[in-house]
Amino acid sequence: MSDPVSALAGKVSEGPVRIEDLAPRAMITVRGKLSDTAITEALASVSGLAMPGQRGIAAEGEKRLAWMGPDEALLILPRAGLDAALSGLTEKLGSAHALVADMSDARALFRLTGEDAALRDTIAKVAPVDMMRFPTGEIRRTRLAQIAGAFWMPQEGTVELVCFRSVAQYAFDLLSQAAVGPRVF
Amino acid sequence: MSTRLTTGGQRIDRSKPVTFTFNGTTLKGYEGDTLASALLANDRMMMGRSFKYHRPRGVVASGTEEPNALLGIGSGGRFEPNQRATMQEVFEGLEAQSQNHWPSLAFDIGEVNAKLSRFLPAGFYYKTFLWPRAFWKHVYEPFIRQSAGLGKAPKDRDADTYEHYYHFTDVLVIGGGLAGLTAALAAAKGGAKVTVMEQEAHWGGRAPVDDGAAEEVAALVAELEGMETVTLRLRCMGAGVYDHGYVLGYERLTDHLAVKSGPRHRLWRIRAGQVVTATGAIERPLSFAGNDVPGVMLASAVRDYVAHFGISVGDRTVVVTNNDDAYLTALALVGAGLSVPAILDARQGGGGALADQAKAKGIRVLNGHGIAKVQGRKRVTGVAICKQVGEGAVIEEIACDAVAMSGGWSPVVHLWSHCGGKLIWDDAQAMFRPDPNRPPTGADGTGFVSVAGAANGLLDLSDALPDAAQTGAMAASFVTGKASGDIALTDRKPRGDRPIEPVWLMPASAKRALRAKSWLDYQNDVKVTDVQLAAQEGFESVEHAKRYTTLGMATDQGKLSNINGLAILSGALDTPIPQVGTTTFRPPFTPISMGAIAGPARAEVFQPLRRSPIHAWHEAHGADFEPVGQWRRPYTYLRSGEDRHTAVAREINQTRNALGLLDASTLGKLIVKGPDAGRFMDMLYTNMMSTLKPGFCRYGLMCSENGFLMDDGVVARWDEDTFLCHTTTGGADRIHAHMEEWLQTEWWDWKVWVVNATEQYAQIAVVGPQARSVLEKLGATDIGNEAFPFMTFQDHTLAGIRARVYRISFSGELSYEIAVPASQGLALWEALMQAGAEHDVMPYGTEGLHVMRAEKGFIMIGDETDGTVIPQDLGLGWAISKKKTDYIGKRAQERSDMTRPDRWKLVGLETLDGSVLPDGAYALADGHNANGQRNVQGRVTSTYHSPTLGRGIAMGLVLNGPERMGETVQFNKVDGSSVAARIVNPVFYDKENTKNV
Amino acid sequence: MLILTCPCCGVTAEETEFHGGGEAHLTREGPGSDDAALEGYLFHRENPRGVHFERWRHVYGCGKWFHAARDTATLEWFGFYPAQTSEPPEALLEQIRQKRPGWRWRDFA
Repeated sequence: MSDPVSALAGKVSEGPVRIEDLAPRAMITVRGKLSDTAITEALASVSGLAMPGQRGIAAEGEKRLAWMGPDEALLILPRAGLDAALSGLTEKLGSAHALVADMSDARALFRLTGEDAALRDTIAKVAPVDMMRFPTGEIRRTRLAQIAGAFWMPQEGTVELVCFRSVAQYAFDLLSQAAVGPRVF
Repeated sequence: MSTRLTTGGQRIDRSKPVTFTFNGTTLKGYEGDTLASALLANDRMMMGRSFKYHRPRGVVASGTEEPNALLGIGSGGRFEPNQRATMQEVFEGLEAQSQNHWPSLAFDIGEVNAKLSRFLPAGFYYKTFLWPRAFWKHVYEPFIRQSAGLGKAPKDRDADTYEHYYHFTDVLVIGGGLAGLTAALAAAKGGAKVTVMEQEAHWGGRAPVDDGAAEEVAALVAELEGMETVTLRLRCMGAGVYDHGYVLGYERLTDHLAVKSGPRHRLWRIRAGQVVTATGAIERPLSFAGNDVPGVMLASAVRDYVAHFGISVGDRTVVVTNNDDAYLTALALVGAGLSVPAILDARQGGGGALADQAKAKGIRVLNGHGIAKVQGRKRVTGVAICKQVGEGAVIEEIACDAVAMSGGWSPVVHLWSHCGGKLIWDDAQAMFRPDPNRPPTGADGTGFVSVAGAANGLLDLSDALPDAAQTGAMAASFVTGKASGDIALTDRKPRGDRPIEPVWLMPASAKRALRAKSWLDYQNDVKVTDVQLAAQEGFESVEHAKRYTTLGMATDQGKLSNINGLAILSGALDTPIPQVGTTTFRPPFTPISMGAIAGPARAEVFQPLRRSPIHAWHEAHGADFEPVGQWRRPYTYLRSGEDRHTAVAREINQTRNALGLLDASTLGKLIVKGPDAGRFMDMLYTNMMSTLKPGFCRYGLMCSENGFLMDDGVVARWDEDTFLCHTTTGGADRIHAHMEEWLQTEWWDWKVWVVNATEQYAQIAVVGPQARSVLEKLGATDIGNEAFPFMTFQDHTLAGIRARVYRISFSGELSYEIAVPASQGLALWEALMQAGAEHDVMPYGTEGLHVMRAEKGFIMIGDETDGTVIPQDLGLGWAISKKKTDYIGKRAQERSDMTRPDRWKLVGLETLDGSVLPDGAYALADGHNANGQRNVQGRVTSTYHSPTLGRGIAMGLVLNGPERMGETVQFNKVDGSSVAARIVNPVFYDKENTKNV
Repeated sequence: MLILTCPCCGVTAEETEFHGGGEAHLTREGPGSDDAALEGYLFHRENPRGVHFERWRHVYGCGKWFHAARDTATLEWFGFYPAQTSEPPEALLEQIRQKRPGWRWRDFA
């Protein structure tokens, strides 16, 4: 394999809010009832993270485990761990009714860093979400202006955001534009 | 004349002069001036021309309700027409132009319309421009277009940016007057998160001028600013209130700045738990003859200009009123050393405490009197006074250069009404005010808007503030669920007014000549006689009368005119005002910029463009893109000197003769997995998919429950439990949603999961006689026709990249579609280009794809289908399983209309002269239908020039087509002629399938 | 613009995150059904002024379909409930009876 390239090849927008297209990660979508412990245990075991509850996302280092819906989880890992995670999940899931899909290249992953209020301003300009009260540890799948996307705050001062790969440039331009200008709050 | 007084003006800073231009002339103002006050300071009373009669018009108001002083502001990319001079703050270098006149504001040819006004009554255009019919296009329309429109549309691209902001608040207070601030404080102290928006640049509303409450306002603002849960915004208008607590706020960020940076406007998209409208009230004009002459102004505006800006609008101002408020103006003017020759109070009994003060100051007060007629044309020179009760016999003429009028106050109920809040008519105060028992209701069925202050019909602060405090506290309680405490209020005594007496016409029995000069709607030139004519002609509904007369339809939306107009209508119909009712209040409250509505959606982010992982390569290699949904796909790759047609032909010839590459990454790729996946696939597709063996591919058709063909594509069975469904480019999201819908809402007990993996994979079609050799060159082994047959897939490593290779073909050529992770797509593409160089490999675009599939008679969703076509129409009966008891659309395909023998069916079409048939052309039949149109018997669905065959080829749906092979049919052309085409087999090329081996 | 609460992921969000899916609780008429039944299934829809039962999908969120009961005149929501049911839950029906005495929708009242 040649080295995988992310949608925007690591493009960065500098400013009070720094926006960075992150290098490829392993991203695995698992469809399966998250009320089924066989599924959540497999996810926890492969990721080393506890399966979060409704709209939760667990974060540790580069690893993320997100509740995307009642029957959908998203696992994000360092890219090098992709094959092992795929085979590990398949093995641990055994006969459980689940679909494991490698979606590592289907999405763009952005990291936004900056002052907390500036970050919240930036997202509030594009997503119909109450950013003043948005907590860390929650993942919000929503609309970013005209595209679908999801974001979360692994910690104060950082927002991570995913959208489909084909619209990565749109998302980057949109966020970069939202990040400049006077602060609203 | 209007002048700047040597002292006074709370808002201006006389140490900071600014210069600006008006119609190219440089003028001086002070920081803190509005454009209107600065123009008045320079004796520019006349600020525009009216729309219909081009009458000279001066500023009437001092705020958002201004109908006359609409100016073009800025230039070039920052020009904007129709801006209210009363809301535009002056800054250094501001450029303003007056509108609706030619050649100049002072001398305007269009003024001839005013001379003709007797002949231009309400409904004139409707009545006049109907006949003769032929005149419409060449005479009437150009004339009307010439005179239509107030102001000029900007010509340049907007130089500014705009943004949206999603904001959530417990309580939103619209209006930052004393009542709004009081409500906000009560709500905040009640534990709510509060946002206050004020459209003007200053807090306090009328209180600093009318109640001397500037310090009280400042203290309140300071207290609110100190609260973390409170957000305060100036220059931010509550534009509209919508369902479920949705409110749009329109913040003007840079319109008042000389040096502009950052977004110009911000559109606040607010969700509020409770909305408090503290929007104040607007003073009404009085309807007397000549009430539109420059120099006639609202009484409140006259005192605003004195108090805020130190402006005298005239040396001698006659005050005319039907309520006590206007006495404040007289007192303010006299206090500033100006002359008030008379106060004309239409009430027989006159005014209360304020009237006594005026008399004590020696002002002449005439009770039971009004204005018969204003003298002057471009400027007031005097008034003729009369008894209010009579017909207008002139008693006395008084020389003056300004008139301050007050017809009473109308609460600003717009925002209350936007989302369904109802009004009641308050007879005592002669006003519509919100009915607290019928508020707009929200998601839980309870009211979510309440009203505070003058907007609630409480014109005296001693009533308004306790009410506002209670309203704010209750709003907080609704949201928090907790009781809110009281807040301390300054103790106030009532002002001691005598009640208003409604005056809808002055004098009450004015003769026609006077009524025909009594303006209701200044901007649209609607007079008392126009509304009376509408009533007389049967436009009795207020909504009809509005449209017939255009009353309230101008950019000010009748803020000054609506109540007066419907009162006149009420009089003409002899029906009480509440029964006549109001017209509908629609957002926005005042016009907002198109830029604010668009927000970030311009230039690069006007709309999302979807780019394949190989997009950048296409861009760098001459791709001429076309939109396919939101994707941009190469239509063809232009080489220097080529046109599209030549390029497409080159790409097709090279692909058919040697090797071509297509970026097929945009095709939908849906993974369907589970023990019930086969059963589900059998329901989705018309074909039997459950019998497909792992490793094999099958072309499938999907229909809607209506039976119509909605998508097609190749299905691959990855393993026993797992299928990969290829969809069309445009179908990926739609078909994914279709699958989820059936799984979630109908067959929720079936064990099937679906993932849309469209964007995970780059997919490249390697097409042509050299396809196999290039794959071998990149490392694939044992891929001969037997080892790797058509309609199967295998995993190979190509150029070091793990790939899933589907041997499928949409061109009739030997063809492999290679799927690799998107991050490897470009690498594989480049490897294929390099490896294929020896065969002069060429990328081809969507047009080459379309032509090649048409040459082979393959249908295309969206060309051969249009939502009314079933697979049976397209000769695809072979792809419909006869064995299955059910699939989506099966029952509908049994309907009589689907099974009738005379449905148009798919055939190939060849023009006799080799030309290309026009797209969408109809096959002509004998005779004409009932509408006199030619009968038709079919239509063209796809048509191309085939470079392979060197002639035009087409597909079409024709009556009994498959049974009419060889027959010649005429097809219409746009020029009215027709062209003959022969019905043929739709497979034009390689009918024996000799190439795909 | 409405706000909805998705019963599948618990988010309360504005209408632009959702997609309306028309009338709820239709019975599919497949092969073997008579023409009148098919016509009703494909084309005939309730259009009440008042209580209505609808399908919605949280398209920009968790992707799930769900049901909702709404007053079409006032836009009040009575409740949201899962898609995997062929009729509204009794508790919801009871709540609607309290708020809208005498209401009727198809066979429900």
